[in-house]
Amino acid sequence: MTPEFNANAGRRQSIRLIVAGVASGVAGASSGWCPEAQATPADMRAAITAFSRGQTLLSGGVRLLVPELVENGNSVPVSVLVDSPMTERDHVRRIALFSEKNPQPQIAVFHLGPRSGRADVTTRIRLADSQRLVAIVEMADGRFFQTGVEVIVTLAACIEN
Amino acid sequence: MASALVKVPARAMRGELIEITAMVAHPMETGFRSGENGKILPRNIVQLFVCRYDGVEVFRAEFFPAITANPYIAFSTIATRSGTLEFRWIDDRGAEVLERAAIIVE
Repeated sequence: MTPEFNANAGRRQSIRLIVAGVASGVAGASSGWCPEAQATPADMRAAITAFSRGQTLLSGGVRLLVPELVENGNSVPVSVLVDSPMTERDHVRRIALFSEKNPQPQIAVFHLGPRSGRADVTTRIRLADSQRLVAIVEMADGRFFQTGVEVIVTLAACIEN
Repeated sequence: MASALVKVPARAMRGELIEITAMVAHPMETGFRSGENGKILPRNIVQLFVCRYDGVEVFRAEFFPAITANPYIAFSTIATRSGTLEFRWIDDRGAEVLERAAIIVE
């Protein structure tokens, strides 16, 4: 079951069709990803060092919002909020999310700027296991900030495979 | 068939912070799963999402396989003037989905 993903999108279509397409995508992917190999906390640290170019990671001003107890690792809502005026001189440039026990430590990188108005991003992620999630924030002045949360997953993203 | 769903306020005041949500139908095949024959299913994920406001990029997301099927993203931008927001998703095979939404700024 492969959802349509081609260049003819962008046309106005009915909400019903869109919802059907999204729903079929969910069904097609519900079998999870069941990795044989997992990343390790060391892999995550290496990925964070690469992202932050080895710079010191400061604390404060970053909130990483994830449910503490996740029933289904196939879809976990994650939000990152950063205290920042989001002006030309002082704004969040990038936000990256990292995992220590998914098959690969990188989750997503978001690029923001003064036109964002507010540093507030939400997405949905897969979690292969209970683990620590980390958010790294790059500011316009080149400083990096970090925060992390522990998440407990009762049904991992790979269990249905 | 359209496969994207975006939410943008139809109207806003100049300088107002607006919330945008965007979702596209895509399996986000991770490249870590094996199929029925035991072979690894090749990775095919939406690796890039870009939002432009009157042609100027205001938000970009790079995705990895840990992002769910039918990737969902919510972010904000400042309503600057009446115009078009353009949303583009690109997957590993180079397939693209493009969606647009108009906004009236008063």
